[in-house]
Formats: sequence, structure tokens, C-alpha cells
Amino acid sequence: MNVKWKTLDGGWSPYLAGSLVGVLAIVSVMATTQLMGKTHYLGASTTFVRAAGMLEQTVAPEHVTANEYFIKEKVRVDWQFMLVLGIFLGALISSATDRSFKLERLPPLWEQRFGSSLTKRAMGAMLGGIIAMIGVRMADGCPSGHGLSGMMQFSVSGLVAMGMFFGVGVLVAALVYGRNVS
Amino acid sequence: MRVDQWLGLMTGILFGFLLQKGRVLRFEKQIGAMLLKDMTILKFMLSAILVGMVGITLLTDAGLATLSHKPMNLGAVLLGGALFGAGWAVMGYCPGTSIGALGEGRWHAVFAVAGMLVGAGLYAELYPFFQSTVLAWKDFGKIGVTDALGLSTWVIIPMCWAGVIVLFRWFERKGL
Repeated sequence: MNVKWKTLDGGWSPYLAGSLVGVLAIVSVMATTQLMGKTHYLGASTTFVRAAGMLEQTVAPEHVTANEYFIKEKVRVDWQFMLVLGIFLGALISSATDRSFKLERLPPLWEQRFGSSLTKRAMGAMLGGIIAMIGVRMADGCPSGHGLSGMMQFSVSGLVAMGMFFGVGVLVAALVYGRNVS
Repeated sequence: MRVDQWLGLMTGILFGFLLQKGRVLRFEKQIGAMLLKDMTILKFMLSAILVGMVGITLLTDAGLATLSHKPMNLGAVLLGGALFGAGWAVMGYCPGTSIGALGEGRWHAVFAVAGMLVGAGLYAELYPFFQSTVLAWKDFGKIGVTDALGLSTWVIIPMCWAGVIVLFRWFERKGL
């Protein structure tokens, strides 16, 4: 295998960066167990529920307090909430220091397929986001929670969920981007 | 900030840093994988899983951590997984990478984040309905592959490593 440690644009080989995420996951499992008394696994999507609850609280606090799902997931700034904020900061630090930070109006591949309308992208991304988040809460995990953390623990649900995510993703991506994209 | 919040923030910063260095936060990488043209995210995820599974098995064997399987609720995982796959293919981000994409300046990811926040709010409203329908079909509980197959984790790990390395070699040969 002729694998380079650096990509052409100054990034790291996905094998290297991915393996380090594996190390991070192990250290995190150990650290959360020691410092928080309970093992926590990397994940991201529950934070969207908590953030949505916080936003709703600003207009309809009683409604949020009475909602069964918000009660179950607890609307608060917890370990995972800070982890998701950290992802933003870590990506900012990494991209700013290797000059890959770029203000981008539209994803190049999207523009190639759907043209330069920002409204069109906004509609597409929002619709996709709504469907994806409903699905991910139903399945109880995203590519981090089910994909990485679930599969590291050999969870049956992680394996099946990742298979569905990717399998259906392949079908829908072929329909949406398959044509006219080189 | 409390200790759990600090720990989360530090872990997140390292996670975001590595996601960005692996260049997996890009819309093109995610859609590229779904179009079976660029396997960067698969290489990244599978590398993380191969390393993580060894450490987590060691830690749980030593009693230093506990497993936390998510329930294998059949309808929820199949239908939810399918809905996520469809939305992911249009949006081009998953929850974690959408936030990371904002961090590397791809500000159009705000639309994906906004959509996901609306979706989370909608799910909270629809939760009672899902509870009596799709979530109630068949729940196999919090099960692991090892229990299901009756094999030791230490038998499965070398098989996973061998299989994934063959897959990686194939990706590299095909230039994916």
C-alpha cells in the first residue's frame, strides 16, 4: 500500500487522523469513567435536541418543561454539549493554522449540480437536515454515536444503523447528484 | 464550568481538530463517499473503529469502563437509519461534521444546522406518536455482536482488522 501521511492540501492521511480519533475515543472512555463516574461515548446528535429545547424555552418555556422527549433527554449544557462546541473550536484551530480555513458560500459539488442559488441550497440543506435529524433521533444515534462509538463496542444497533445510513445514503446520493457530476 | 463540561470541551476540541485534519468535514468528502468515488470518510471511520475497539475491549475487560450499547429497536434503527441516510445525502453533513464545517469557514453549513435543530424540535413533538408506533414494533434490547454470535471479542477483533485491511488495500488500488 502506497499511503502518504499528508494529503496534497496539507491535511493528514485519513488513516492517521482516524486512528488518532480511535485513541481519543479510548482516552475519553477512560477519562469520563474516572472523572464523571460513568462511561460516556463520543456522540453529537442529542446535543441538537438540547439546543432545540433551549431555543424553544426562550419563547415557550412551559411547553418545553411539559414535553416528554425534552424531559427524557434533559435540556442542559452537559458533557456532550460542550464536546459539540469543542468540535467547532477544534476545526477552527486546525484550519486556521494550516491555512485550509475558507469562507465558502456554497459547496462546490452542490454548485456544480444545482447552480449558484443560495436559496436553493438553504432549502435543500434545511429539508435534508429536518429529515436526517428526525431519523437520527428515532434511531437514537448518528455516525458518531452509532457509527464510531457503537461499532467500537460491537453494538448490533451500531452496525445495523451505519449500514442503513450508508446504504440509503448511496441510493439517494445517486439520485440527487448522480447525473451531471463528473 | 464543571469538570464534565471542561472534559467535554477538551475532548471536542481534539475531536474537531482531527476531523478537520482528516479533511472529513467537507461536503464533497461525505457526498463523495455516498457516490462511491472518494472513500476518505470510510478510511477515517474504520481506522478509528479498529483502534478504538481494541482499547475499549481492554478497558472493559479490566473493569475500567462499561459498555453502553444503544438498543437494537428494529423499527427505530431501520426506519430512522433510512431517514437519516436520505437526509444526509441531500444535506451532505452529519450532526458532528456540520458543526465542524462551520469551524473551517464553510458557513453554508448553518442551513444544515438550522434544519437539524428544527428536526430535533419536530421529533420532540412527534415523540408520543413514534412511541406508540415505530418505537413499539420490536426491541431486541441493548445487544452486542459478541453476545449474538456467542464469540469472544478477542476472536472478532483480528477478523475485523484482517477484513478492513483487505478493504483498505482495495480502496488504495482503485484510487478511491
